[in-house]
Amino acid sequence: MSAATIGHSPALGVTLPRVIKSEWTKLRTVRSTYFTLLVAVALFIGVSALITAVRAHRYHGFSAAQRADFNPVQMALAGIVVAQLAIGVLGVLAFSSEYSSGMIRSSLAAVPRRLPVLWSKLIVVGVTVFVVSLVTVLVSFFVTQAILSPYHLNVAITSAGTLNKLWTRAVYLTEVALICVALGALLRSTAGGISTFVGVFFVLPPITALLPSDIGNSIMKYLPGSTVLGDNLSLWAGIAVMAGYAAIVVIAAAVRLQWTDA
Amino acid sequence: MTKHYGKKVAVDALSFEVQPGIVTGFLGPNGAGKSTTMRTIAGLDEPTSGRVWVNGQEYHKSRVPMAELGILLEAKSVHGGRSARNHLLALAQTNGIDSKRVDQVIEFVGLRQVARQHAGSFSMGMGQRLGIAAALLGDPQVVVLDEPVNGLDPEGVLWVRNSLKALANEGRTVFVSSHLMTEMALTATHLIVIGRGHLIADTTVEEFVSRAKTRGVTVRSPDAAMLANLVKMTDGAGVIADADDILHVEGLTSEQIGTIAWQNHIRIFELTPQRSSLEDAFMQLTHDSVDFRSEQLEELAVAS
Repeated sequence: MSAATIGHSPALGVTLPRVIKSEWTKLRTVRSTYFTLLVAVALFIGVSALITAVRAHRYHGFSAAQRADFNPVQMALAGIVVAQLAIGVLGVLAFSSEYSSGMIRSSLAAVPRRLPVLWSKLIVVGVTVFVVSLVTVLVSFFVTQAILSPYHLNVAITSAGTLNKLWTRAVYLTEVALICVALGALLRSTAGGISTFVGVFFVLPPITALLPSDIGNSIMKYLPGSTVLGDNLSLWAGIAVMAGYAAIVVIAAAVRLQWTDA
Repeated sequence: MTKHYGKKVAVDALSFEVQPGIVTGFLGPNGAGKSTTMRTIAGLDEPTSGRVWVNGQEYHKSRVPMAELGILLEAKSVHGGRSARNHLLALAQTNGIDSKRVDQVIEFVGLRQVARQHAGSFSMGMGQRLGIAAALLGDPQVVVLDEPVNGLDPEGVLWVRNSLKALANEGRTVFVSSHLMTEMALTATHLIVIGRGHLIADTTVEEFVSRAKTRGVTVRSPDAAMLANLVKMTDGAGVIADADDILHVEGLTSEQIGTIAWQNHIRIFELTPQRSSLEDAFMQLTHDSVDFRSEQLEELAVAS
């Protein structure tokens, strides 16, 4: 009853590209991926369009100072603050759901070296979020400029600094996703991961704002949620600081994954 | 191999070897450390001290892990929102196993009809079959299954039993845990018995079965008192009168007792050798190493 029992399997061995393929299968075969991405896209474009429409409608009543403050590109990106919440949930779930479901035992038994699972999840989630964010940012730009066009307030995508501002927002959302994947791996809990993310990105800023402004402002610009969105650091510095935060959390997650029982 | 979880010692200096080509049963009461041992085999838990070798190397160093070891753990290890087929596909892809193989194992475990359904909707028996499918994906040399018949219907139990024997006949190492002695006696050739993290027995099933020795003979006779006196005169015999017409005789076979009765014209209505069952042998062996025994629970109940 030799090969007849279970047949032969040409198992070739574990490589990073194969684990990436596996993680891509995992990401695209659960509903939460589509749900969180849909919410992120809808919030980004919806909120941006809504704010743009309201402000454009009120523009003729604005003071000179308010008019000077009117930034068509900024309005195309207004929805990012809420959209990042859904991106964060997507990132946390990518890893925490492995623990909540018990899937992690299957995953690590198949890849006992463990770390390729973390790298692959970061790559798969990162690329997915970057592509979706980039498309979303561009669509949001064209939608909001179309809303502004009847008021002759729109700007061209080729105008100075516009493209840089748009694509770096996609990079920022990708960095949020990577931090959250690592948080899910580090804390091994969906609730823990999401509340840490919300605490740092949404609760810390208003608390910091209560500090005397000389201390508060210098802390504020380095908070993860303000690095890129706060406009107090240069675009590149903001992205670099975010990358630093991501690296710290990823290293902590890697250490925990490698050295503690699953 | 020793494993502590905080202050609790789950496995204490446990050492044994599992041979290829036969089914080895891993027996122990609940909480004996069976699942812990199996988790360390797959490298999910690191032993506090000692090592586990799979095919001559530590599992995490394996280049083609799923061809070395296929494991079914007792705890659920599936994302409930993913279909059974996609679950297996994702696992297969990590080791470069193609999707044809995925369909082959789905067929083998009999889940073809439900392969596209969410694993979360599966009954316990279907979940066990899915876990066994995952363990077999890589055509592994070593198959480790933690309580594989849990939740299976009789037909499923028989299927697992036959599959395990077939896998062993192919020269694979098959290591299966259970807390049911009778199930193991039907499936396994060799037994590893543990209790409270200690090795209690590392023996063949045959040898283990022979420990289930005769524990006396029950005799029912209207002339019980007379028979008792006669039996007592035989060397090495002990008699307890259980009731007016019932005796419990130790140290003599039922043939010897029957002969004594016939020679003395004593009527006998019943002559029953009392064998301790496999389950009894197992219970005797592990008696001191059960974490929660019912008498303790009774004491607790009385105390409260």
